[in-house]
Amino acid sequence: MIRRRLIPYFLLGPGLIWLILFFAIPMYFMGRLALESGTLETGFQFTWEWSNFTDSVSRFDSQFVRSFLYAGTATIIALLIAYPLAYAIAFRGGRWKNALLLAVVAPFFTTYLIRTIAWTTILSDDSFVVDVMRTINLVGEDGRVLATGGAVIAGLTYNFLPFMVLPIYASLERIDERLIEAAKDLYASSRQAFLRVTFPLSAPGVVAGTLLTFIPAAGDYVNAFFLGSINQAMIGNRIQSLYLFERDYPTAAALSFTLMAAILIAVFVYIRFAGSEALMGDEAEDGT
Amino acid sequence: MVRAAWNWVREHALVIYAGLAVTYMLLPLFVITVFSFNDPAGKFNYTWEGFTLDHWENAFGISDLTDALITSLELAALSTVISTALGTLIAIALVRHEFFGRRAANFLIVIPMATPEVVIGAALLSMFLIYGITLGFTTLLIAHIMFSISFVVVVVRSRLIGFDRSLEEAARDLGASPFQTFRLVTFPLLLPGIMGAALLAFALSIDDFVISNFNSGDAVTFPLWIFGAAQRGIPVEVYVIATMLFAVTALAMAFTVWQQRRAERLAAVLPDEPASEAPGGPMPIPPAPGSLGG
Repeated sequence: MIRRRLIPYFLLGPGLIWLILFFAIPMYFMGRLALESGTLETGFQFTWEWSNFTDSVSRFDSQFVRSFLYAGTATIIALLIAYPLAYAIAFRGGRWKNALLLAVVAPFFTTYLIRTIAWTTILSDDSFVVDVMRTINLVGEDGRVLATGGAVIAGLTYNFLPFMVLPIYASLERIDERLIEAAKDLYASSRQAFLRVTFPLSAPGVVAGTLLTFIPAAGDYVNAFFLGSINQAMIGNRIQSLYLFERDYPTAAALSFTLMAAILIAVFVYIRFAGSEALMGDEAEDGT
Repeated sequence: MVRAAWNWVREHALVIYAGLAVTYMLLPLFVITVFSFNDPAGKFNYTWEGFTLDHWENAFGISDLTDALITSLELAALSTVISTALGTLIAIALVRHEFFGRRAANFLIVIPMATPEVVIGAALLSMFLIYGITLGFTTLLIAHIMFSISFVVVVVRSRLIGFDRSLEEAARDLGASPFQTFRLVTFPLLLPGIMGAALLAFALSIDDFVISNFNSGDAVTFPLWIFGAAQRGIPVEVYVIATMLFAVTALAMAFTVWQQRRAERLAAVLPDEPASEAPGGPMPIPPAPGSLGG
């Protein structure tokens, strides 16, 4: 009998130990590194150097602000693009449903870097898209799209869009359409039925989608690297170059710890204000 | 006439919009495929110069690019096998067993998927630096297994939740031992889910740039090679290989979807209800990110 009770631990053991050894414990070491002082030449010592946090944040405050601004904007645009698309697939997809879903995840079939590089081709100075934008005066006569904040936001929006579409689709798909019919039978207009029934029921998907888009976008440095210039550097770019090139490990560790904390706070505040209702809805559903 | 057309557009606005949005999603893939046939004048493959098959014939002609691709494939294969095994065991424990510490286990599985890759990469590198571990293929493998496990758990778990347990009872009633039940009933029905998870783990590994960037040392994977080459201009061969990878993944994906359908038909021995699809649709990709963890 005791053996039976131990079975789940044997099953869990190897995988969870891997996650503890190579995810949880490294987090501790990153925190430790963030409190060290010294330089690469003289070596680093652990000295409870709390000033690493304040110094690095004040030194790279503009990159922090930019990361959250770009990621936030990209998340909102992705939501605006994704919601109608998910709605169309869920309610009007018909026999095309699976094909459309396949098209939504298709970007994942190719390498992330190459997808981003493809956008440098699409948005390059002599490209068709930029020509059109010049003609309709969206950018100036000699204006560029590459190496602007707009290009970085466009890249972030594109790359994380599937993470927005899929959860919204999943929550719309589960809606019992009779509820919408009932609202209409009770004299709700299409708009009222959407605002009072459909949208609230899809809120868990919207919350999940916005988180799945915002979190990776805030830490991303690939889009800023390829589509932006040094003036569009995000905090991820600084963390990467401090770790790998400048080798100022304490500053780098302090920055990435701060990023993690800032994202956790942002997520917490967001769930508190926007998501509590949505999450409650989710729980109610699990209860049935 | 104009009015009729306008009415038609209004009626089908949502469908037209979906078409446009899907076109937008597929646009870069189209560009990559088209530009794999380009014959660029300089080093940069940005403008269309003319059609050529040279780069397709010479796809594996750049030796260090081919080496990087082989490294990526080896890494992805090893990481897929190990992470799929570890993740499947966790999923079985979470769905089939009640035990103390379940919430903590769930938390530990979810949190890596909600952590930006740059933080995961940086944390691992911090640990390797403090212990003075030489970075290379092994550290990459450790990292790839780590970020794949959570995704495997999510996919296999969704399959297990939709599992009709009366089939196992039936097998036992007919005199099958627990091991026979597992081998002949549980495992075959679970297999499409496991294969979907393996496919996802493979895709995550072969696609990963950020975490690998931090922990690669001298090892060069396909994405790392591309990143290194970006300054000098990316050779057309990269576009060719990307197109090939895309085609192979698309086929593997179609195959898994087909397998899943077949398993569902197999499981649907009761005439009334076919076994319900895994929550989140028939796709072996969960509503969670390639880039959250990979």
